[in-house]
Amino acid sequence: MSPIFYVLAVLTVAGGLAAVLLKNTVHCALALTVAFAGLALLFLNLDAQFVGFAQILIYIGAVAILVVFAILLTRGTETPQAGVFSRSWFVGLVIAAGVFSVLGWAVLQSARVLPQPSAIPSVTVHDIGVALLGRYVLPLEIVALLLTSATIGAVIVAMHEKGRPQ
Amino acid sequence: MLAAPVSTHSVPVIVDQAFVLFKDWLVSFLPPSWRPAAGVVLCVIAIVCVFPGLFALTTVFERKGLGRMQNRYGPNRVGPYGFFQPVADGIKSLTKEDVVPLNADVVVHFLAPLTLVVTVFMGFAVLPMGRNMVLANLDAGLLFFFSMSAATELSVFMAGWSSRNKYSLLGAMRAVAQMISYEVPLLLTTVAVVMIAGSLSLPKIVAAQSGYTGVFPHWYIFTPWGLASFLVFAIAATAETNRSPFDLPEGESEIVAGYHTEYSGFKFALFFLGEYLAMFSISGIGVTLFLGGWSAPLSFLNVVPSWFWFFSKVMVSIFVFIWMRGTLPRLRQDQLMNFAWKFVLPFTLLNLGVTALWRFMGEGWARWVVSSVILVGVYVFMGRVGMFKKHFGPRSYRYAE
Repeated sequence: MSPIFYVLAVLTVAGGLAAVLLKNTVHCALALTVAFAGLALLFLNLDAQFVGFAQILIYIGAVAILVVFAILLTRGTETPQAGVFSRSWFVGLVIAAGVFSVLGWAVLQSARVLPQPSAIPSVTVHDIGVALLGRYVLPLEIVALLLTSATIGAVIVAMHEKGRPQ
Repeated sequence: MLAAPVSTHSVPVIVDQAFVLFKDWLVSFLPPSWRPAAGVVLCVIAIVCVFPGLFALTTVFERKGLGRMQNRYGPNRVGPYGFFQPVADGIKSLTKEDVVPLNADVVVHFLAPLTLVVTVFMGFAVLPMGRNMVLANLDAGLLFFFSMSAATELSVFMAGWSSRNKYSLLGAMRAVAQMISYEVPLLLTTVAVVMIAGSLSLPKIVAAQSGYTGVFPHWYIFTPWGLASFLVFAIAATAETNRSPFDLPEGESEIVAGYHTEYSGFKFALFFLGEYLAMFSISGIGVTLFLGGWSAPLSFLNVVPSWFWFFSKVMVSIFVFIWMRGTLPRLRQDQLMNFAWKFVLPFTLLNLGVTALWRFMGEGWARWVVSSVILVGVYVFMGRVGMFKKHFGPRSYRYAE
């Protein structure tokens, strides 16, 4: 745990908290981007270059843009008057804590069950490619199929209906 | 600009490695534990000085070149032949009042130009600008470059949204929609190069193109798939940098100046700088991927230093950008989107298949014929089908007759 880790952790958590607590929805989206960037830097801190850069490319380059587009194209950017907490915030908190504890338990268990690698493995992009198209090719294909069907669905939703003036 | 052992000390090698040797000499005054960090700092200073300097020169050349194309002089008052015009412009934008709209979101309005320039500068970190001249030789360098260029989209959005101005917001939406649409073919063309070179590391991609047949180089542009990829890359790169004919986000006849309408003074200068730096970096990546990076165009020209070739190629590509700006009219929004999704994207996907075919057909002339026939045939077919649907006829005017 280097000091850099703590700086990045504070950045990520602060971004996440700001995304929940800020009033303006676009500010929330931008704060979420800060959290994404913090996560990417954490990956880079662990020497996981590919995952870190892919995180920036996909989450900051695509997901954040999608979020702000969705905000602007739907409800506008008006700030709510009644505060940012919905009435069911306590239920949400309980569910979030439950999910977090299950995930944390799983991670801690895996650290004990799995054999510890003696040295830090140096994973290159080449290794990731070989693993993706070798051992993990079936999950990759399933994800590809899922994404293709989602794309086709999006196109069908966006298409003009026949017989109606455009 | 990592140091490498220089075996021979002939004059071309010393000139070729001049900057690397100079950096090593400067660093050698420091204690050994400081040297790596000091080397990185020196490289960053070099990048931060060289590219804005090129930007200043380019603005003069662009205005003079456009002036020549439009039968006028261009800037010719400040200094000899108007070459000190960027200095005057820089002083002007530094001393101008920084106007922030009353309703603007002050923090985001302030952060937008900064994040834009910072992310654009980051892209230069992985560009190999000469033999042994790369700041960070990352294993996933290409991915790093494109993740940084994807991050600029958000700062464009921040600029447009925080200004609280209809024109700014429309310009930002246009810019982001255009950048996302053309980012897909841009990334897919680079995938073709990665498939052949077998690496995401930019110095390795340059090394893969460094051979010569006779005197002619093994650049990827001289293969059927490489030429097709390069053309698509050039189109998509023009759209990514919002340059004419893809400058709809700044279409002055429709939306004033797009996302930087409400920026003045030095913040506007930063947007201007960011646009030109993005041009340099995307040209640099195009040169690295398709035009052999820093390698010489003919084998006997290798005595000329490698950094000279890199910067020459980048400046030629900048010249083409300026040339197109002086030549082509602006696209319409629907043309822009139709072109991206209905022509460029399918063609790029096909080109990926052709690249795979090229990779597995092995050496020989057969793969040249097969891949050329597929690419040209599909290009002609798609063009014909697209034209057939359009029903081009005599132009009709609604109001002008």
